[in-house]
Formats: sequence, C-alpha cells, structure tokens
Amino acid sequence: MNSPITVYVPRDASALSLGADKVARAIVAEAKARNLDVQLVRNGSRGLFWLEPLVEVATPAGRVAYGPVKARDVAGLFDAGFLDAGEHPLALGLTEEIDYLKRQQRLTFARAGITDPLSLADYIAHDGYRGLKRALAIGSEAIIAEVLESGLRGRGGAAFPTGIKWRTVAGCEAAQKYIVCNADEGDSGTFSDRMVMEDDPFVLIEGMTIAALAVGATEGYIYLRSEYPHAEAALQATIATANAEGYLGDDILGSGKAFHLHLRRGAGAYVCGEETSLLESLEGKRGEVRPKPPLPAIEGLFGQPTVINNVISLASVPIILDKGGAYYKDYGMGRSLGTLPIQLTGNIARGGLIELAFGITLRELLYDYGGGSASGRPIRAVQVGGPLGAYLPEAQFDTPLDYEAFAALGAVLGHGGIVVFDDTVDMADMARYAMEFCAIESCGKCTPCRIGSTRGEELLEQIIVARSEGPQPGRIELLKSLCDTMLGASLCALGGMTPYPVLSALNHFPEDFGVSQDAAEAR
Amino acid sequence: MATLPQRFDPEQYQAVTREVLAAHRDEPGALLPILHDIQDRLGAVPPEVLPLIAEDLCLSRAEVHGVVSFYHDFRASPPGRVHLKLCQAEACQSMGAKALTAELQEKLGLQLGETRPDGSLTLEAVYCLGNCACAPNAMLNGELHGRVDVEDLLDLLEEQEARV
Ligand SMILES: Cc1cc2nc3c(=O)[nH]c(=O)nc-3n(C[C@H](O)[C@H](O)[C@H](O)COP(=O)(O)O)c2cc1C
Ligand code: SF4
Ligand code: FES
Repeated sequence: MNSPITVYVPRDASALSLGADKVARAIVAEAKARNLDVQLVRNGSRGLFWLEPLVEVATPAGRVAYGPVKARDVAGLFDAGFLDAGEHPLALGLTEEIDYLKRQQRLTFARAGITDPLSLADYIAHDGYRGLKRALAIGSEAIIAEVLESGLRGRGGAAFPTGIKWRTVAGCEAAQKYIVCNADEGDSGTFSDRMVMEDDPFVLIEGMTIAALAVGATEGYIYLRSEYPHAEAALQATIATANAEGYLGDDILGSGKAFHLHLRRGAGAYVCGEETSLLESLEGKRGEVRPKPPLPAIEGLFGQPTVINNVISLASVPIILDKGGAYYKDYGMGRSLGTLPIQLTGNIARGGLIELAFGITLRELLYDYGGGSASGRPIRAVQVGGPLGAYLPEAQFDTPLDYEAFAALGAVLGHGGIVVFDDTVDMADMARYAMEFCAIESCGKCTPCRIGSTRGEELLEQIIVARSEGPQPGRIELLKSLCDTMLGASLCALGGMTPYPVLSALNHFPEDFGVSQDAAEAR
Repeated sequence: MATLPQRFDPEQYQAVTREVLAAHRDEPGALLPILHDIQDRLGAVPPEVLPLIAEDLCLSRAEVHGVVSFYHDFRASPPGRVHLKLCQAEACQSMGAKALTAELQEKLGLQLGETRPDGSLTLEAVYCLGNCACAPNAMLNGELHGRVDVEDLLDLLEEQEARV
C-alpha cells in the first residue's frame, strides 16, 4: 500500500465510555503487526450511540462504518478486510446512508463526527469560520438582523428570541460588555451541549465571537459544568489554537476587534444553570438566584450588559450568518423555527442525537428513530425537557415538537432531552424523585422551593407507603396545594417548575398514587 | 490520585494556597478557580486554607465559607483513592440505576456518600454525566463508563485498586 488508509475512532466521551480508546489502541497495534499503513483520526461522534464505538474507514466510495466495535473485534475486522470496506457482521455500509443519520437535518451539528474536533484546518475545510468572516464584513446591525430573521429562540429552555436579547445588549452604553455561554447542561436526558464542545468546539467559539461583534463585547466566559472533563480539555485546546491563529485575542482576523475568551468550571450545582445564579457563580459567589429585573442584558456579569446564551443557541449562529437567517428559518413550524438537536435517551433501543426541524412527533422519534424501548417492554411515559419537564403518557405521543404545542399541554421542550421509561416505572416514585432533586439543588433563597420541596418529598413518601391501602384524598389535596404554592411563589423555575413532573405524573398516572383514573378526572 | 493523609501538613497547604492565589488573584471573580485549583492539587479544600484565601481576596471568612459550602463539589477532606460516582438521575433510573446502586452498596458494604475508613474507596451520587443514551452510567476516578452492570463495576473497581 502506498498511501495510508484513514480510520476514524471517536474521542467523544460517550464513545470513550464504551471502550473507544481500547479499540483505537487495538487498531494501531493490529495494523503494525500486519505491516499495514493506517492513519488514525480521533473524530467526534455522529451521535448514534447504540452503535458506539463506531469505527469508520475512508474508502473511494465514501466513509464506511462498523459498530458497535469492541477491542476483541478488531483482529476479525482486519481479517475481513475492513480497510477495503470488507464484509463483516458489524458492517453498516456507508455512514451517510445509515437511515437514522440520513433522515436528519444537521445544521448545528453539520460537522459532528465528520471532522477531527481539535483541528482548525479541518474546521475551516468543512465551512468553519465562514459565518465569522461574513459577520466581520457586514457589522453589528446586520448581524443582529440576520439572527432576528432566523427566528432562533434560546435552546437552554426558556426559548427567548436570541436576536432580541442581542439587540438589547447592543443598545446599552457601557465601558465593558460580556458574552457568557451557559454550558452548565444539568438536565438529565441531555448531552447536545457536551457534544458540541467535544465534537465541534470551534463552532461554539465562532458563535461567541460573532455575538461579541454583534453587541460590542470584548470579554467572554464559558461556564462549564464540572462533570464534563472531556469537554473542558477540548475547549482548552481549541481556545488556545484560536488565540494562536488570530481567531480570538486582540485583533480578530486583522479587523482590529478584540475578543478574549475564558473557560470557567462550575462546581456541581444544578441551579447554576439558571442564568442569574450562573452570573453570581462567575463572580465568585454563592450561586443564589437574583431577582429579575434587572435583566442580565442590562445589568449582568459584574453589573455590565451581558449576553447569556446556551451552547446550542450560540453554536447555531455561525450557520445562520453563513447561509442567512432565511435559510435557517425555512426549517421548523409556527414560531418554532430552525432545527432542534433532540436527545433520545433512557430506556430506548436506539438512543442518540437527532437534529431535525421542529414539528416531528414524539411517536415518530420513539419508534421510527428509537426503535422502541431498550428493554423490549412497552413505553409507558417519557419526560421531556429535563428534571423540570412534564411526563407525557402514550396518549400524548402524537404531539409535535413545537414550543407552543408543548406549552398547550402544560409541558415544555426545554433543552430537547427526552427520557424514555418502560412499563416498570413507578410514577409516584418519579414524582418523589422530582421533589428530592429540587430539595438537593435548591439555592435556598425562597421558602416555597427550599421548604416546599422537602415537604413534597415527605408527602410523596407517605403516599407511596399508604397507596395500597386505598385512596388518600387528604394527602393528594395537600400535594396539589403545595405544588400550587411552588408554581406561583418561587423566585425561579427550579422551585416554580418542579410541580410539572409531579402534577403530570399524578394526572396521567393516578393509579400509581393509589387514585383511580375516574377519581382523578372528576377532580 | 495520590494517597493523602486526613490531616494536612500546614507547610504543604500553605505553599499550595500561596501559589494558587498568586496565579489567580488578579482575575475577576477568582474564588471558584482558586478553590478548584486547590482541590485539584490537594484533593480537598482544607478548612485551614479558608482564612488565607479570605485575607488575600479581602473577603470575610464567612463569605468564603459560604461559597465553599454552597457547591457540592468542594470537600473538606480528600476522597478515597478509588472514587466511584454513580449516576442517580432520571435517564439512568430508567435503566435500573436504583437497583444497581442498591446491589453495589450491599456488595461493597458502603453507602452513597461514604468513604471506607482505610481511605481506599469513596462512593458518591452524581446527577447526570451527559451520557444518558448509554445508561446506567458511572464515573471512576474521572473516567466515564456507560451501560454498566454490577459485575462491570466490581471488575473496574478491582482494576483501579490494583492500579493505585
Ligand atoms: C434551575 C434552572 C437550570 C437551568 N439550567 C440551564 C442549563 O444548564 N443550561 C442552559 O443553557 N440554560 C439553563 N437554564 C436556563 C437559563 O436560565 C437561561 O434561560 C438560558 O441560559 C438562556 O440562554 P438561551 O436564551 O440561549 O436559552 C436553567 C434555568 C433554570 C431555572
Ligand atoms: S426557586 Fe429554589 S432555586 Fe429558585 S431562587 Fe427559589 S430557592 Fe433558589
Ligand atoms: S442521567 Fe445518568 S448520565 Fe444523564
């Protein structure tokens, strides 16, 4: 063989958690033993997690995939001639033709799994930094106009229009403005932020730089949760590269504009994902929620005007600038425009990252993409939008993923995480857990959340103990009124939305609480 | 992870704290990076260093204590040489994390939140490791492991104990 054959083994944390490093080492050793010239690239993940570690080989016809590969499969793959796309029980054909991937609309995740995430050259060769170049050419007002036109709404949970937030900060007079990236991703059932940071970190850096140009900020922070050491390493490496190559620093691409980007590690507090708590934490304080107003856009970090956006919101900006707001807006439905990186997780046969235009139904996701539960048992409930999101029963599986359609059900899309449960789930226990989690993570600033969550946990424990002995209307009423208080009187959504999972579990699965369906409906 | 005595050598922690403070004191909002650096190097944020930090940053001791105690990550004494975190959040629960945790606790004779008296092992709860499509999950001395069962975990623990 004259030129080396390129083999890809992902470096994404999910792939590593399933043995990707061992597979990579085995491939290198086996190639050496067989005197074959192999060039190993540690790419990002494609997000097809039931197939990880997914090994790809570059062939004249395109990249072919094998998976899930264990280290002990490697010798057999060589025997089967996988370097020439040889047949093997783990062979999946051309990667791009895998149905799960082929049917997606990857805009924000256009490069994930394709490139070497740490390579700036690879990033640029795959359309990276085109958005920034255009942003530099058109200037602040036109950048904000593109983002407004795109219809992009914040992907961190609250779905506030990103362009409006930016316009507010741009309109403030201040000596110093900040761009803050919320990379606290604490919701169970989510990992799209992690994937951006590990599998295509430059796109986040580019998005933050464009935001800085738009509003006139020169300093930026990424607040990253401490549970993500791989993302931290990837960001450190790519921020250093971007600084060295003039994509960050005092003079971005010779424009005379400066943007300095800092990486900060959180410390294991879920509430620090709430934007004002995050700002307190960045200032070196306890992560207690601030009352609003003032909005962070007007008085944010160190009291200065601050754009705070989720990772996915910021990572969606480069393609909007490159292809135009109208291009992005063409995807989606109603007021939910563009694409949503959906994370299909929990008890599901084919879990992974699915980026699609808004509008797909839960049922299509769960069965067409997900292939039903992992256990093979019927799916009983899904929780959408993290620990503060409602549980949805089968009867609601035809709901399209759309902010307004979910709101109409008293549910939320949140950060796009879907956690699947089969029919062994105890919904009263999930309600109890929601209260427990709120009690563990409450910042303590307001009473309904601090005291209410502990009271709710106790109450649900009592309900669970006594539920086999018949209805307990007193306790159920108490639970509902407690939820009412938390909903209405909490300072932030941790206390204010914990009732969502609790009440949805009670309303849709009353039998788990010792309440009959009829009794629940009559109430 | 190095073996650490439960009592810190004052010279060591003072030196480390001085170095860390010198590296960060000019950053805005430097307290969290300082605490992280100290914990990265000592395995914990010993209560003895809080006055040093307070004085250096012109904060009250109560303020520094308030920050340290707010965050789940900061600990007053180092964890065991082997540090296993088991994910307890919803996606991992949907794949049997509770039963897994109960079984492991029983096999090890150790509950979540406890450290063996000889400092060999700490078991801890964690709420989501961002690997929810590969549940249940565990993190062992900083390494993520997906789709684990009790046998996997016991094997991994044995491997780690041999390594440290
Ligand atoms: C308890 C709580 C936790 C939150 N966690 C996160 C988080 O981890 N990541 C995130 O982007 N937003 C989180 N949010 C939402 C943020 O407060 C805020 O809306 C978001 O960062 C704004 O960015 P976006 O407009 O780009 O979505 C959380 C909110 C609450 C109340
Ligand atoms: S609702 Fe809970 S987390 Fe939010 S401010 Fe109140 S006490 Fe803090
Ligand atoms: S819930 Fe366990 S990794 Fe996310």
